[in-house]
Amino acid sequence: MAVGEVMRMEIPSGGDMSVTSPELHVLAVDDSIVDRKVIERLLRISACKVTTVESGARALQYLGLDGDKGASGLKDLKVNLIVTDYSMPGLTGYDLLKKIKESSVFREIPVVIMSSENILPRIEQCLREGAEDFLLKPVKLADVKRIKELIMRNEAEDCKTLSHSNKRKLAEYIDDAPSPSPSPSSSTHDDSSAKDFPSSKQMKSADEKFSSLL
Amino acid sequence: MDALVAQLQMQYRNYTVSLYQQGFLDDQFTELKKLQDDASPDFVAEVLSLFFEDCVKLIGNMARALDQTGTVDFSQVGASVHQLKGSSSSVGAKRVKGLCITFKEYCEANNYEGCVRCLQQVDIEFKALQTKLQDMFNLEKQIIQAGGKVPQVDIN
Repeated sequence: MAVGEVMRMEIPSGGDMSVTSPELHVLAVDDSIVDRKVIERLLRISACKVTTVESGARALQYLGLDGDKGASGLKDLKVNLIVTDYSMPGLTGYDLLKKIKESSVFREIPVVIMSSENILPRIEQCLREGAEDFLLKPVKLADVKRIKELIMRNEAEDCKTLSHSNKRKLAEYIDDAPSPSPSPSSSTHDDSSAKDFPSSKQMKSADEKFSSLL
Repeated sequence: MDALVAQLQMQYRNYTVSLYQQGFLDDQFTELKKLQDDASPDFVAEVLSLFFEDCVKLIGNMARALDQTGTVDFSQVGASVHQLKGSSSSVGAKRVKGLCITFKEYCEANNYEGCVRCLQQVDIEFKALQTKLQDMFNLEKQIIQAGGKVPQVDIN
């Protein structure tokens, strides 16, 4: 196993985004068929892979969080971002957000809330619960572009930090072990999609995030 | 051929601009057009088609909820109005959206007559938009059939 090879997304260590453009896989949740069609298109045109579902319950099912063991194989379908409507029958977007943040496997996935209503307490509540951002409907291309850049930037920071910490680990490894020879049989690419890496990304305080919306 | 294309394009431009000026469409419709390209040439038509289906469904729900002999569940009506407001907003159907705002207020005030009036208006309005857009899409087809390209219409 090669330390330093393991990354959630393939981003060059220099952090140069323009070289490779990794595709974000976005899970979009909305009970409105019209809005699902629009958000899907907005995301596709922004070079994202999209899966749309019509409810919070279906979202949890997709992620395998609904307690139904049968969905565990879906862990390989890495979701990099969840975009959800706030007002939905059954599980609201807020409920969904809470469930995701309560999950040890999925809490690192950024969640963006969409709503047609500009209700300040609602926005604050979502940000406090860990939402990455809040979009006012109707959603425009500029909104999606902004969100995508935000997510990509965060992912790059995570990877940079990862590669820094892994460089340290590698240095320690080299110090400890005799000179390593490459092993011809083993694959150096570790499938770590299911692993939970410690994220050094500081969660912005609600105030900090909130001020950008003013 | 070119003269015909030019004439059709001018017709198309004028017609589109008039839809905005008369308040049928707003900014969000322009946003939807941005999402249409050669790979997805019918995107706008597809979304609007879904929207009109949604209108039929939701208006049906509202009518049924308002038709209850005895007590009307205004929150039920309101829920459908809220959904229609959302989808009309998402496609740029300005007049429908505006009506939904008024409609919602009547629901919250438990105003039966107000609700019934709004329901009738919403029905008329979405059908009017449907007709207008059909005419617009037909003009697009004619332009393409005449060998031309559908022009980008600058609203401002």
